[in-house]
Amino acid sequence: MRTNGILRVIARFLIPLIMLFGLYIQFHGEYSPGGGFQAGVVFAAAWILFALIYGLDAALAVISQRAQFVLACLGALLYAFVGLLGVMLGGRFLDFRPLLESPQAAQQAGIIAVEFGVGVTVAACSMLFFTFFARRKREIDAVEAGGAD
Amino acid sequence: MVIEFLIDIALLMFLVTVAIAIVRVRDLFSAAMLFAIYSLLSAGLFAILDAGDVALTEAAVGAGISTILFLAVLALTSREEHPAPGTNRLALAVVTVTGACLIYAAGDLPDFGAADNPAQLHVAPYYTEQTYSDMGIPNMVAAVLAGYRSIDTMGEVFVILTAGLAVVALLSVPPRRRRRKPEPGEPEDNT
Repeated sequence: MRTNGILRVIARFLIPLIMLFGLYIQFHGEYSPGGGFQAGVVFAAAWILFALIYGLDAALAVISQRAQFVLACLGALLYAFVGLLGVMLGGRFLDFRPLLESPQAAQQAGIIAVEFGVGVTVAACSMLFFTFFARRKREIDAVEAGGAD
Repeated sequence: MVIEFLIDIALLMFLVTVAIAIVRVRDLFSAAMLFAIYSLLSAGLFAILDAGDVALTEAAVGAGISTILFLAVLALTSREEHPAPGTNRLALAVVTVTGACLIYAAGDLPDFGAADNPAQLHVAPYYTEQTYSDMGIPNMVAAVLAGYRSIDTMGEVFVILTAGLAVVALLSVPPRRRRRKPEPGEPEDNT
């Protein structure tokens, strides 16, 4: 699909906007609808659109499969780490109040931190799903072609 | 108010039409597209109900990523569904009876949006009244999701991570040649 000018131009125009929208609903989730789950999916959608237009290899050059694995685990670990931080500072697990002086600011900081963890995990997992399904097609084709020889 | 009601009716009618079309259609590509439309209509309904977070999720996940994953799976399989052999009368009877029971039971449900709904009486008043003074953020959904109920959300994140690892584990097995014996020394792609 790389050769189709219309697709390429529109994708080039849309991908940054989709990523920006993903970041917006990630970090504006306390004020408007949104949050980590939606933001992660939207951000991954931009990457998948890139992969659909420019090919999986080009997309994996941007965010490699190893990076996807690492990010998927890091997001979940960030969530758990914020929870443990509350324990270390004298509260309960996932209690955000000990994180900062002002209880409201502490709650907001905690929510932003865990939502960021959610977003990273969801985005990386969505990319992993797509990567593995798209690669499967290629593997099956290679095996079938090998069988035809 | 009247306009909202009309939009509700229109969306629900479209929803039923699309649902019937999904069941009837044999072309899996069309079915995937109809699923996306179904999700988009559901997102519209959620938006009418002022459930912005759910509408956003439905539009992003249901109409977006799921459709892409359906299409990615369709590339691996055939485009047409196998024709169903005849009508299963027992299944039809079970579905009819269950549906009738559910419609009958729906009469006992509390009125939509009534103040004395069980859902409005337990912890919901606390969240409604205290979210802003506890957290200082206007979006109650985010406060409940990440603040009050953050352990549940952590569980969800680990569910998604587990699902990702399960897909990776399933699809890391090298594909076998169809209708032929698999060779033991099949070259494995980098995993």
